[in-house]
Amino acid sequence: MKAEQAQNDKTEDSHTIKLADPVYINELRVLMLKFATLQLNDEALAEDAVQEALMGALKNAASFNRRSALKTWVFAILKNKIADALRKRQRIVEGSSLLKNCEDEDNLAELFNNKGFWHVDERPAAWSQPMESVKSDHFWRVFETCLSALPENQSRLFMMREFIELDSTEICENLNITTSNLHVLLYRARLRLRECLENHWFIEGEKS
Amino acid sequence: MMNCQQVTRLLSDAQERELSLKERTALKVHTMMCSGCRNFGQQMGTLREIARKYVNGTTGDNSDQLTANSDDDRRD
Repeated sequence: MKAEQAQNDKTEDSHTIKLADPVYINELRVLMLKFATLQLNDEALAEDAVQEALMGALKNAASFNRRSALKTWVFAILKNKIADALRKRQRIVEGSSLLKNCEDEDNLAELFNNKGFWHVDERPAAWSQPMESVKSDHFWRVFETCLSALPENQSRLFMMREFIELDSTEICENLNITTSNLHVLLYRARLRLRECLENHWFIEGEKS
Repeated sequence: MMNCQQVTRLLSDAQERELSLKERTALKVHTMMCSGCRNFGQQMGTLREIARKYVNGTTGDNSDQLTANSDDDRRD
């Protein structure tokens, strides 16, 4: 029991030190800002969210659950701040604008023939060791480019779902869209994102 | 029989909801014969993993180390 206490104290100390390390905080801040800007599409709002999240982290450093990694914990706070900002903004921007043009802007005929089967040259290829990619900075640049190439409503929904990890019900309630709208838009986002990553990373990589 | 467009939609939906037995059977039959959709299905999981990785730390060693530490805590 005593040993456990000592172990916990030690862990807590190391996190406190990390939070006091300006180099570490700055690196973390850059990453958070990038994430928040992509998500909110507004630098001032993003800056606010990051600032609040960092201040919250510093203030509650002592009470923070030692079991979670520091970065995961700080990002959990940031995700909440972003979710708040999105909800607030949603009262101004109606959900319907998110759906505008979504029905006709995507032409699935580029991918599938008139019977609904893949065009031969669009058929997804096997990605070899995809999770090795995450170690590459270049990969993340490709990822961000592909994400921002999506129609805005799709990238925002994708990020809400996959980055902020809001569940379907919460997204639908907040944006006032139906589950089937959401699923269609996520499907289209994934189709495009997959294709973009394949064309600009997974196949390029094989060639080089 | 389902075409690739219907199958890929279901493979995306599988990330959002539990599929019915009928849907799962149809997927299995189709993906057994269609490598494109088989790859697509795997990549749905990969996309989610990549997104998680993007948020939860991309600095490899550092975050692995933090995770390892937290595992130690849990064992105690």
